[in-house]
Amino acid sequence: MLSFSPISLGFQKLVAESRLTVVLLISWSVVMAAGLMFLTHLLPKLFNRAKVKRIDESPYECGMKPYRRVEKHRFSVHFYLVAMLFILFDIEAAFLFPWAVTFRDFAADKLFVLGEMAVFLGILVVGFAYVWKRGALEWE
Amino acid sequence: MDIQPLVISLAKIIIISQVLMGGVAFMTWVERRVSAIIQFRLGPNRVGPFGLFQPIADGIKFLMKDETLPAGSHRPLFLLAPVIAFVTALCAFAVVPFGPIVELFGYTVNLVILDLDGGMLFALAATSLGVYGIVCAGWASRSKYALMGGLRSSAQMVSYELALGLAAVSVFLVNGTLRPTEIVAAQAGWFWNWNVFAGFQLLGFLLFMIAGYAETNRLPFDLPEAESELVAGYHTEYSSMKFSMFFMAEYIAMMTMSALAVTLYLGGFHPGFPTGDLAGWPLWGLQIAAFTGKVGFFMFLFVWVRWTLPRFRYDQLMDLGWKRLFPLALANLAMTALLVAFDVIKG
Repeated sequence: MLSFSPISLGFQKLVAESRLTVVLLISWSVVMAAGLMFLTHLLPKLFNRAKVKRIDESPYECGMKPYRRVEKHRFSVHFYLVAMLFILFDIEAAFLFPWAVTFRDFAADKLFVLGEMAVFLGILVVGFAYVWKRGALEWE
Repeated sequence: MDIQPLVISLAKIIIISQVLMGGVAFMTWVERRVSAIIQFRLGPNRVGPFGLFQPIADGIKFLMKDETLPAGSHRPLFLLAPVIAFVTALCAFAVVPFGPIVELFGYTVNLVILDLDGGMLFALAATSLGVYGIVCAGWASRSKYALMGGLRSSAQMVSYELALGLAAVSVFLVNGTLRPTEIVAAQAGWFWNWNVFAGFQLLGFLLFMIAGYAETNRLPFDLPEAESELVAGYHTEYSSMKFSMFFMAEYIAMMTMSALAVTLYLGGFHPGFPTGDLAGWPLWGLQIAAFTGKVGFFMFLFVWVRWTLPRFRYDQLMDLGWKRLFPLALANLAMTALLVAFDVIKG
């Protein structure tokens, strides 16, 4: 039997912060997911006779034969535009995180730091208004 | 190196993931029963008492179903997509503190899997990565409906992620930290110390919840799988447990979103009143129960909203995300910054 000595909270916090826990977490999730995938691959083969027919493997189209290949299917360019805009604005939002965390530490210069962020947000808002005005956010 | 903390961490990871899976099973039952009650039906009531064993029967059925791989699908990505969705959903919950620091069998255990300094960043990153599972599923299936569902879903999730992130930034501004345990610690005591009241974050909380509904693809924002238009959306071609994994990922994401909302705005595991002389397990039990109760309420709200509100049209959905929530989140941030700068909100 394993026996462990009680340890200090400080050290435990250290380990909780360490990347090892992240690695453990991701590996355990992957093990669980892979286990489920493996089971669902194995069990039907054990208990059912394999009867997947060719028609089962064709893409779903309400029971009809697909009348057009998916490669020829067109979709709106708006999806691309939204993805682009997201990258732009999300990077700007990412800049807000460190500012938000450290804001209280600038006790004396609070208003200056606030002003700086106001300038940054102002530019963001101008960009947003431009995008809106140009109709990039409209869906037909 | 002492391996004991690692063993404790692993134990927490395994227990919490199993609790989440159990929660998923229970929630599928709740969803079906509550929807039935709302619609004057009975719902599943045959398997076990009140139909409580229905999820187990469902799980066995899912495991035994034939596995279909669509012809011409991209095999590696097709198989990887449910794994990505599932893993990212499980990882996001890890930073949520579901209880205080407790003594258990002589060990000091902090009831949070990952007590990271940038914990909220980890959670937001993990929920964002969930988009990849959906895009991969949609693209790799080589089916029109799956492709459209995947595209719609990714566009929707990235749009609402902006509002979600910006709403959360206001909380970081109020508490001055990204560490969930510290955010929770700052909200101890009476319920008016919660960020939603003391931090003037009512608007932020509403934005966070709305964006959270869109982020988890739940009604009224379940456009990716609008069955009248897109059959089943990105998981049209998935069968057996592979379909079930998307399903579980969605429910785990709902729990994570509820838990994050509770952590950021509603005091986390603090019950909302001073606990007085309580100490030891009565206190810790009360706090864990408070956390479970709050998350349970939001889980119920997810179900309630789903069976009450109709679905948005896609252009309305994108309009709401970009033209309403995003500017409102910016305004909320600016207002919070002003209130913090002029010391209206105390740290």
